[in-house]
Amino acid sequence: MNARLLPYILILPVTLFLCLFFLYPFLLVAKQAFNNGSGFTLENFQEVVGYWKFPISLKNTLLLAAAVVPVQLALALLMATMVNKMQKGRDLILYVWTIPLGISDLAAGIIWLAIFEQSGFLNSMMSGLGMIDRPMNFLSYQHPGIVFLAIALAEIWRATAIMLVILVAGIGLIPKEYYEAAEVFGASPWKRFWRITLPLLRPSLQTALVLRVILAFEIFAVVAALGGTLFPVLMGETYAYQFDLLNSGAAAAMALIILAISIGFTLIILRALRVPKGAQI
Amino acid sequence: MAEIQIKNVAKRFGSYQALHDINLTIADQEFMVLLGASGCGKSTLLRIIAGLETQTEGEVWIGGRRIDHLPPRERGIAMVFQNYAVFPHLTVFENIGFGLRMQKLPNDEVKRRVERTAELMHIEQLLGRYSGELSGGQRQRVAVARALAMEPDVILMDEPLSNLDALLRLEMRAELKGVLAESNTTAIYVTHDQVEAMSLADRISVMHEGRIVQAATPVEVYRNPAERFVAGFIGNPPMNFLPAASADGGKWQVAGEIYDGPAAANGVEFAIRPEDIAPADTGLPAKVRLVEPLGAHLLVTCDVDGTMFRAILESDLQVKPGDMLKLAPQTDRIRWFDSSTSLAVA
Repeated sequence: MNARLLPYILILPVTLFLCLFFLYPFLLVAKQAFNNGSGFTLENFQEVVGYWKFPISLKNTLLLAAAVVPVQLALALLMATMVNKMQKGRDLILYVWTIPLGISDLAAGIIWLAIFEQSGFLNSMMSGLGMIDRPMNFLSYQHPGIVFLAIALAEIWRATAIMLVILVAGIGLIPKEYYEAAEVFGASPWKRFWRITLPLLRPSLQTALVLRVILAFEIFAVVAALGGTLFPVLMGETYAYQFDLLNSGAAAAMALIILAISIGFTLIILRALRVPKGAQI
Repeated sequence: MAEIQIKNVAKRFGSYQALHDINLTIADQEFMVLLGASGCGKSTLLRIIAGLETQTEGEVWIGGRRIDHLPPRERGIAMVFQNYAVFPHLTVFENIGFGLRMQKLPNDEVKRRVERTAELMHIEQLLGRYSGELSGGQRQRVAVARALAMEPDVILMDEPLSNLDALLRLEMRAELKGVLAESNTTAIYVTHDQVEAMSLADRISVMHEGRIVQAATPVEVYRNPAERFVAGFIGNPPMNFLPAASADGGKWQVAGEIYDGPAAANGVEFAIRPEDIAPADTGLPAKVRLVEPLGAHLLVTCDVDGTMFRAILESDLQVKPGDMLKLAPQTDRIRWFDSSTSLAVA
């Protein structure tokens, strides 16, 4: 076997797989979005963007990402730092913390619904403590703030661990000597975190943030379970176009808009956390 | 003034005793080398002085102030690490200035000190680079400059030259000695390389199995080893040892020859350095096993009384394996070690 050809031959199956099941459907979606049966058109985009729910769902999606991702980042950093300092039981704690990852997003939404709904745990607890006389309907149009909070909490609970595992691996790659040198040269624990851990963690932060931000723009099931139609988001609208309104051209256009937003934010994150050449570990 | 006093320091890792009751005083501005094989506890002792490790027992004092309970940054020390630990995400300038920034010195003072130490270490043209763009030798210079820029009372060095190639090591050794002599700091330098220790140190502390077996000037350590271990560790090749049998009144019989030795009644061993031996008409009977020309000298490995014995002889001497030689030791260079305690006896 020719050694120069071998790598290409080895990646051929996966390339074919991706072309067949990713690139091809993607092209079909793109074709659907830009085609009305008689040729190229932007009608689908004009339709979805012009619809009154579009600005609301765009705003909701962005707000949710803006509220959830920073909290998750901070939590994941805190948890990763704690796990890294542990001498014993580190693996056990990691497993426990990553359990929510194994639960589907719809199931996670239902778990939090069981907490917040009218006959849920939160109402039982509050009435048990005498804080309320009768059960409250938290997840109603009268409490948009609580709906938002419940969705954000469920998302934080569900998806922080994906950042955590990436950051734990990243922190593990930073040589101990850098911390010792920083300590000797006068950096307090807080300064060591800001001046050593964070900058040297940039490659892992990139990966974790890109992954998490993309997932945040695709939020759907948790919102469907907790907010229903009270809290429209982009992915929910896409679903509605496809399955309720049977308008697959519009659904395809929505999908492409979400893709464009994801790509835009990915580029921003990659650029902001860029590590200059020669400055890698 | 930065005299360092180490008082009764011991360190245990679980059931393993890494350091036993270390007592050592290092004078202000002295260059002290901790020398020993790997695992002897020299790095652990250095890390205890730095505050990166906590002693199980004992005290550490610097400049009349007890510092063993303080974090590293409050000890007035700077350190050069074995793998340099030059921060990869900072430029050379910011690396050298790291400690100064932590002290919140004004920008112009940081700039002045960084530029001065960079010049001292001949890296002023590298200030804008990242460590990934530097060679091993350049990184080493940055690590030393970062320590010097702190203008510390004490500078600690943990095998700082061990990752450099042989030629660079020689060059850096000389430079380090010059730079540190001018900086008026007290220096503690850990190494397993005895040549490095000899050439740099004002005093050497030879360590073995968690103890300091001898702390003395390089010449003293070389000429008058306090223990058989030191005699066998220092010098390349190390000292020769031969069994000695008592013959009356301070005389000892070594391989059939009689030499003046200690009056002690215990058993002793005879020791002599390979270069303190010359062929003569009378002397230790030696059968030549191997001849290795070293340029300036011949390294001759022989068999004396059934024991391996090395001699460094004049290079114009005609010897070959199988020859019989008489090797006469220079009598004032003969040393004796007690066979039971391994300590030197006079």
